[in-house]
Amino acid sequence: MTLHAQTIAQLRDKLRRGEVSPREVTQSVLDRIAAVDGKLKAYLWMNAEDALAQADAIDRAGIARTQAGTPVPPNHLLAGIPIAIKDVLNVEGQPCTCGSKILKGYTSVYDATVIAKLRQAGAVLLGRTNMDEFAMGSSTENSAWGVTHNPWDLERIPGGSSGGSAAAVAGDAAIAALGSDTGGSIRQPAAVTGCVGLKPTYGRVSRYGLVAFASSLDQVGPFTKTVADAATMLRVLAGHDERDSTSVPQAVPEYAIEGGVKGLRIGMPKEYFIPGMDREVEAAVRTAIKKLESLGAEIVEISLPHTEYAVAVYYLIATAEASANLARFDGVRYGARVKGEDVIDMYGKTRGAGFGAEVKRRIILGTYALSAGYYDAYYLRAQKVRTLIRQDFEKAFKMCDVIATPTAAEVAFKIGEKTADPLKMYLCDIFTISVNLAGNCGISLPCGFSQKLPIGLQIIGKAFDEETVLRVAHTYEQATEWHKQKPNL
Amino acid sequence: MDYEAIIGLEVHVQLKTHTKIFCGCATEFGAEPNTRVCPVCLGYPGVLPVMNEEAIRKTILAGLMLGCKIARFSKWDRKNYFYPDMPKNYQISQYDLPLCKGGRVGNVGITRIHLEEDVAKNFHFATDSGVDFNRAGTPLMEIVSEPDMKSADEAFAYLTALKEILISGGVGDCDMEKGQLRCDCNVSVRPVGQKEFGEKIEIKNMNSISGVKRALEYEIPRQTNALQRGEKLQQETRRWDDDAGKTFVMRTKEYAHDYRYFPEPDLMPVTVSDAMLEDIGRLLPELPEVKRQRFIRQYGLPEYDAGVLVSSAALANFFEKAAGKNAKVTANWIMTVSDITASPIQPEHIAELVAAIEAGQISGKQGKDVFAEMLATGKFPATIIKEKGLAQVSDTGTIEAFADQAIAANAKSVADFKAGNAAALNALVGQVMKLSKGKANPKLVSEILTRKLRAS
Repeated sequence: MTLHAQTIAQLRDKLRRGEVSPREVTQSVLDRIAAVDGKLKAYLWMNAEDALAQADAIDRAGIARTQAGTPVPPNHLLAGIPIAIKDVLNVEGQPCTCGSKILKGYTSVYDATVIAKLRQAGAVLLGRTNMDEFAMGSSTENSAWGVTHNPWDLERIPGGSSGGSAAAVAGDAAIAALGSDTGGSIRQPAAVTGCVGLKPTYGRVSRYGLVAFASSLDQVGPFTKTVADAATMLRVLAGHDERDSTSVPQAVPEYAIEGGVKGLRIGMPKEYFIPGMDREVEAAVRTAIKKLESLGAEIVEISLPHTEYAVAVYYLIATAEASANLARFDGVRYGARVKGEDVIDMYGKTRGAGFGAEVKRRIILGTYALSAGYYDAYYLRAQKVRTLIRQDFEKAFKMCDVIATPTAAEVAFKIGEKTADPLKMYLCDIFTISVNLAGNCGISLPCGFSQKLPIGLQIIGKAFDEETVLRVAHTYEQATEWHKQKPNL
Repeated sequence: MDYEAIIGLEVHVQLKTHTKIFCGCATEFGAEPNTRVCPVCLGYPGVLPVMNEEAIRKTILAGLMLGCKIARFSKWDRKNYFYPDMPKNYQISQYDLPLCKGGRVGNVGITRIHLEEDVAKNFHFATDSGVDFNRAGTPLMEIVSEPDMKSADEAFAYLTALKEILISGGVGDCDMEKGQLRCDCNVSVRPVGQKEFGEKIEIKNMNSISGVKRALEYEIPRQTNALQRGEKLQQETRRWDDDAGKTFVMRTKEYAHDYRYFPEPDLMPVTVSDAMLEDIGRLLPELPEVKRQRFIRQYGLPEYDAGVLVSSAALANFFEKAAGKNAKVTANWIMTVSDITASPIQPEHIAELVAAIEAGQISGKQGKDVFAEMLATGKFPATIIKEKGLAQVSDTGTIEAFADQAIAANAKSVADFKAGNAAALNALVGQVMKLSKGKANPKLVSEILTRKLRAS
């Protein structure tokens, strides 16, 4: 099997034994990018020379080649592994546009904490992947720099907002990638491209250096080809960061994923199997849950009664926070500037030209929700319902250890199919949004196909219980063959 | 109809911390523009604020000094508005749950004290404008008073007292020229006897405490005259022009900002523990009333004297440094001028003067001359006594010789004294003093004269 098609675990074994060099691995991925990215358009920016130089530096430092068979030292977990970065994370010296024209020409002046952690673990940073502008969207069609294509069907979307990272991993154009998930932006693209996407618990991974969309919901997480690789990535990424006050000072476990599901209770929320969802998706997810039952888990029916309000609550809270978070893009200090007659005129022209339609729509929505006279009816009410949604999960987790649901209600749709109707696009996230609102963790992994397109199974866990989520997901994955399927590019 | 003014003040004070409120940049006045900056205080994409503990502690200390109730739970909010001096175009501040509530300075109530970040400074050049972000992110405390003041003088007194308290606690340096203390006034005027307030007018841009006084001295008659002419005032914000000595309209009510406050998701709320309060309480300077009681007890001062001396921390410190054995006398000297701390006299001057009189080196009357000279020149009492040759003659031989001369030359006074007229002694004392050119120790003179007259 070619190097670029392999997993972190497989490559790490070869690298430790010295069978391959970090340069060979990186070159293989670069070759793959050269071969397929013309079709996928997953990457916005890359520097092959720099990636090879990083690989050589890791080689020289001798951290990739360690004694095979012994436990991997934490600072060698990703030694020599090429990883793609969503264009929303700051990497010093690289552009960071967030898929927006307003950050055209901006070069990051510092490394995000997760980037510093990847570097410490020996990763090779490949380049920057496409995304919906400021992570607002579910199809990557809202990027100012063009659409990314789904490796399974180039006519279709790769999900979003982290569509570039998902397409890169699913298309073997990266061994793993970083994304960000505010309402499903890791899990939904992972589901529709057939890879593994993990959204850690809010507070588990530092947000320092992640350009904020909705601060109380954003979390950085990995795209990988297997659940075991997701566990490895989380070990590297997780942990308290003194630069992020919302990151939690809690020890990072080793994320042991072996041990099976025997005796575990898996909750099936009735609100997540609804009329109108794709029949084949529903059938595949039900079959997957049956599979877990056959592997020894106990299935319990649960209820998350406030699920129907999640989308409304999300589009008030996320947009309100975004309206403030995006205020700094004003043309004064960095990024694009359109001259005006005075400073107010300059703001208007810069932001008018710099932001795309969806971003403007959400800034207006959020500004409205916070305005005098509307705050109580919208923002405050939304916060109260958010509390109810969180309590739904707390109650449910008294009856079960994890919750299993579909990740998305349907498989990848056609490019352009939903761009005319924002509300339809918003509904792409109905099964993922509640997890962000409640602050829990969730993973999406492949569980079947419909019309030759991947279907995602979502496993939701208690806050800071990624370990159980990973264990359930790994057990299912190892008992099935879905993750071994590759798109024909 | 008579009108009265109602004044409330919003005072912004930069806290004296080593670093900025959300990053590690130095808080330093006067550095080259944009040299005390980092991605955080410049509002770069992806950065997050981290709260400076010291800023919270200083705000709580200020609250304790002003008699506020310290909130055990307090949170941060975003205040949204666009302006080039705002790196993020929102300011992290406190909206509904400030760190301190209630409190008092003299007769003026304190509504609340909250902590926020200072903004940058804009500079306007011939064709362009520039922003210096060195100041952006300096911890800034906002102290909001109750509308308890009725005149420019009361506002002046409040600001002076507030500033002194904050300096004494080491909370801030409060140098208005450096922008470390800034003040906005809310002033309205209403007919005497009316319960409702008049239309609130906010005045900004005063650069000194006396500027605040001048602005109010302009604004109160302006509003009163307008009402007397039958005009209706409107809620608005006005700018004080110090050169013109006038206020001008900045914006009217319909252009008031909607700040769209909402809870800051990047910072955890603040919880203040008993231990933290106790710890900060140890830094608390002695409150004026406690000090007044101590002065009465420790120095045996009358209530009135103690009250005068604790009216300012500087005066109280002066007294404690000067006070020797005779604290009451020391207090008398200090209270002979309105503010001794503004004079060239140091506590050591007073201590020396009191000692000189005590030792009989100079008379009390001479002491007054020495004090006046000290006040004018700042010279020490010893120098003045020497220069003016004021030292009393206590040499009994010299005095006895003068006494003999006086007795010989004033037979009538001697006879009167012997006939039982004690007052006659005074005439003889006067003669001796005259002979000594005023330098003889009067006490000694009367002792010697009495002895000689009784013996003869």
